[in-house]
Amino acid sequence: MKKLLPAVYNPLLLAGPAIDQTGVEERTTRFTKRSIKAASKMQGLLLTLRMIDLTTLEGKDSVGKVEQLCYKALHLHDIFEGLPTVAAICVYPSHVHTAKKALLGSSVKVASVATAFPSGQSNLPIKLEETRFAVEEGADEIDMVISRGKFLAGEYAYVFDEIAAIKTACGAARLKVILETGELGSLDEVRKASQLAIAAGADFIKTSTGKIQPAATLPVTLVMLETIRDHYYKTGTMVGMKPAGGISTSKLALHYLVMLNETLGADWMDPHWFRFGASSLANNVLMQIAKEKEGCYQSANYFSVD
Amino acid sequence: MATKKNKSSIRPLRLGSEWPYAPAPESAAIARINEQYELFIDGKWQKPAEGTYFDSINPATEKKLYRASLATEKDVDKAVAAARKASDKYWKKMSPAERGKYIFRIARLMQEQARELSVMETLDGGKPIRESRDFDIPMACNHFFYYAGWADKLEYAFTNRTPKPIGVAAQITPWNFPLLMAAWKIAPALATGNTVVLKPAETTSLTTLKLASIIQEADLPPGVVNIITGAGITGAALVRHPGINKIAFTGSTAVGKLIQQETAASNKKLTLELGGKAANIIFSDAPIDQAVEGVVNGIFFNQGHVCCAGSRLYVQESIAPLFIQKLKDRMATLLVGDPMDKNTDIGAINSAEQLEKINYYIRLGKKEGSLHYESAASLPKKGYFCQPTLFTKVAQSSRLAQEEIFGPVLAILTFRTEDEVIEKANNTPYGLSAGVWTDKGSRIFNMSKRLKAGVIWANSYNLFDPTSPFGGYKESGYGREGGLHGLLPYVSF
Amino acid sequence: MKKSTNRISVLKTYKLYIGGQFPRTESGRSFAALDAKGNKIANLCLASRKDSREAIVAARAALGGWSQRAASNRGQILYRIAEMLEARKDQFIAELQLQGLSRSAALLETNGAIDRWIYYAGWCDKFQALFSTVNPVASSHYNFSVCEPMGVVAIFAPASPLLGLVSVLAPCLAGGNTAVVLADETKSLCSISLAEVLNSSDVPGGVVNILTGSKTELLPWIAEHRDVNALAYTQRDHTTLSSLKTKATGNLKRVIHWPFTDWSVNKAQSPHLIMDLQEIKTTWHPIQQIAGSGASY
Repeated sequence: MKKLLPAVYNPLLLAGPAIDQTGVEERTTRFTKRSIKAASKMQGLLLTLRMIDLTTLEGKDSVGKVEQLCYKALHLHDIFEGLPTVAAICVYPSHVHTAKKALLGSSVKVASVATAFPSGQSNLPIKLEETRFAVEEGADEIDMVISRGKFLAGEYAYVFDEIAAIKTACGAARLKVILETGELGSLDEVRKASQLAIAAGADFIKTSTGKIQPAATLPVTLVMLETIRDHYYKTGTMVGMKPAGGISTSKLALHYLVMLNETLGADWMDPHWFRFGASSLANNVLMQIAKEKEGCYQSANYFSVD
Repeated sequence: MATKKNKSSIRPLRLGSEWPYAPAPESAAIARINEQYELFIDGKWQKPAEGTYFDSINPATEKKLYRASLATEKDVDKAVAAARKASDKYWKKMSPAERGKYIFRIARLMQEQARELSVMETLDGGKPIRESRDFDIPMACNHFFYYAGWADKLEYAFTNRTPKPIGVAAQITPWNFPLLMAAWKIAPALATGNTVVLKPAETTSLTTLKLASIIQEADLPPGVVNIITGAGITGAALVRHPGINKIAFTGSTAVGKLIQQETAASNKKLTLELGGKAANIIFSDAPIDQAVEGVVNGIFFNQGHVCCAGSRLYVQESIAPLFIQKLKDRMATLLVGDPMDKNTDIGAINSAEQLEKINYYIRLGKKEGSLHYESAASLPKKGYFCQPTLFTKVAQSSRLAQEEIFGPVLAILTFRTEDEVIEKANNTPYGLSAGVWTDKGSRIFNMSKRLKAGVIWANSYNLFDPTSPFGGYKESGYGREGGLHGLLPYVSF
Repeated sequence: MKKSTNRISVLKTYKLYIGGQFPRTESGRSFAALDAKGNKIANLCLASRKDSREAIVAARAALGGWSQRAASNRGQILYRIAEMLEARKDQFIAELQLQGLSRSAALLETNGAIDRWIYYAGWCDKFQALFSTVNPVASSHYNFSVCEPMGVVAIFAPASPLLGLVSVLAPCLAGGNTAVVLADETKSLCSISLAEVLNSSDVPGGVVNILTGSKTELLPWIAEHRDVNALAYTQRDHTTLSSLKTKATGNLKRVIHWPFTDWSVNKAQSPHLIMDLQEIKTTWHPIQQIAGSGASY
């Protein structure tokens, strides 16, 4: 095991470079100017599919819904042979059991949100309890939310200790820490929260719950990728990244991959280190793959809705 | 806490390797390029008096692209006479608002044919299509649009004075931003009621000639704009011509000085936009990742063929190793190659001559003992290409740090204090521009006050706008182009 | 209303222009647009105070986007209005003739309106350079003053049915304000046709809202509305003007008076009209004075 001792908060962990928003936006615009064609496009689309955390996080989720989604995760579009499966299914703790059963024997992981998702407005014992429940039900990955209220109030030690405690409760499950960047207000805060989460033991940092607008954006993701890069420069340790919410077209997904490719490079171009949290992205990617194979633009009628 | 590995044992990031971008070439077919171009004089295409033509090649393929006319003294006479006649007969007399509407027309027609102009610019000059498409051409259109609006508002620009046109303006543009420089020159000249004889650079006449046909399409009175292509002799004849009232030159400091000598005894009004060796200064509190981008943009934009290129990088010592590491990682993702590929970041060097000059400086830098580094990108076999290059451990006194290279070569120096870097940055005969990267506003204003340069970019670099004046201090020239101040070189009172 | 021998012509319904939509007045009322001889040409919406309230809400909502646009982009849009107006020139000339102008006067009025858009299109990214200042304060501070739009401007349009209307609207928009216009009730036809031009010219919905109706009825409501920042009044009735000023005191609206009788003269266009609808904002920022700063250059 890599970490035996829980991480300890230190205010110096928050010191990071200034972020200039205009400059960040100029850089991300530049990524969107890359023209991804032919073989590169197909390679990018297939990789996108493999990186998807197929997500359903609704109050109305039921066993039936989750089973259907799991089937989709394994059978994206059976008419095309050789398609990969998605990386994971992402559900509430109460559906982990169902998902785990439905995905038995496959390589698709089960991720569960926890810690009073999406607001995080509860106390630590309850959050720990929920995390342990999800892990016991079989979750391979835990997507926790940080306490944004505490963070914005400057109670960094509290936020840090909470992440560290959840990390311990995760055991072998990988921990994704959701910063909910749409509530943080500036890229400087995104940078600070990213550093805090990484230092407290996050295996992944993740932009959003998908319940708040704006969710993932290219600039926010770039700042997070650059935080991961600085951590790597300093320690040689890799941390994963998951933009979530609002990425529903393959064109946009390819922009993210270009950004990843040119910021962190080939080692991160893998579902183990990069995920898309999305519900409708998969079908859009499938339509693009079909367009590449068949040469004509597609209709949603030909792709299953789940 | 994650255990810290020994830094040297950390595997470098693997950038730009595993997911190569397939070629995404822009179609060349959209550019309808003639075999041969005549001179545009008095609203008509006219054969050069001596019947001489010269070839222009595509620097990315070394293949001939078209043949242009070599204008000589007789042609210059004709063009100046046409401009004079147009000035007296039409342009000076026309109501300023109507004059403005003509210039708006040029802007609109350019916008409509933007794609063709972009492709032409890239084929002719070697710059990446992304840059001609996203920068050169739209910015050129915007300059016409902006100055069109000034035509009937000049009395507000010069309070308590009555601005009048000077007459005939001779304009000479460089090869690094052919159409954009033509726009910078023609638009304010026309708006203020002058007529124009313009000579584009020898290697890049194409978009200026296309602009001539757009001006024809816009139905401007004949002779208001005349385009004469040619070489150094053409420019010399134009500068010496007694019939011109004003010279606007963009190019090298050496030629700029010659022009000043040549015109010293005349009443010709002169503005010069010349060379530079700009300092780009990074303080330890800078937004580092954005600064890396600014440095890349500052020196590798347009293959470094930019008079205001940030060619001297001053990094505060405490962050220098990290900054240089990040810069190298960023350079690993720069794609060098076919300028027509939409993914190309760095295209072809404009000419064999320029490539030789750049290579001379790279050899010189190595000889001077600076540490040479270049990105690992593979270069095309044919055409004039150069790796993005940087030198570290450069001394202030080395020629690499003093002379304008006009290519993708960055000299990196370090500094300790603000006073020191100001002194070093100003320690040059040039004074066109400078960059300052710091999170501290009060430092930006101090630096901006004390740096002797015409443009200071704070936490940014190579930004241009029609509303913003551009031009240099010291041997970088005089006069301003762009904005309110860009009107002044073209009026008399 | 003219009868055709071969076919029955389709008559145009004149509606209001609010938030980029063309609704009828919520009140369902109308009034007659008359030609020079007093014959009815068309029915116009008689806007209610609720319509004016909706228009002001729309103008407020559009203000952020419009005022934060690049000035040059606003210039492009104003230029686009001129292009669209030029393309529909004949329609306006015909409408102006219907309302009693001679053909030559109608042509002048229309050409003047087109050129006025062009004139102000040019100003969009220029007036700032003339009227902003850098102030050489004695202390070690960088001090500058810039122009900012006042916000939502209510315009009581002049009787010049097209050129006059454009002459007050254009400087308001060039400066980044949004507008609620009450067309002059005697010749309102062109105002709604102008709305159709605006609506097809890249002007975002809500930036301009045009109402037709009774000044007496609507003026008090608009003048007292707390979410209007300025009032532009263009006629010479001093009783109305002083009543406007009185009603405007509630939230200290700026009341601007542009009493031109002839809108075709050059004096009726100027950057000072833009400035009449601008606030000035001054910023102080320290300049770090480090040791030895005097001698090192």
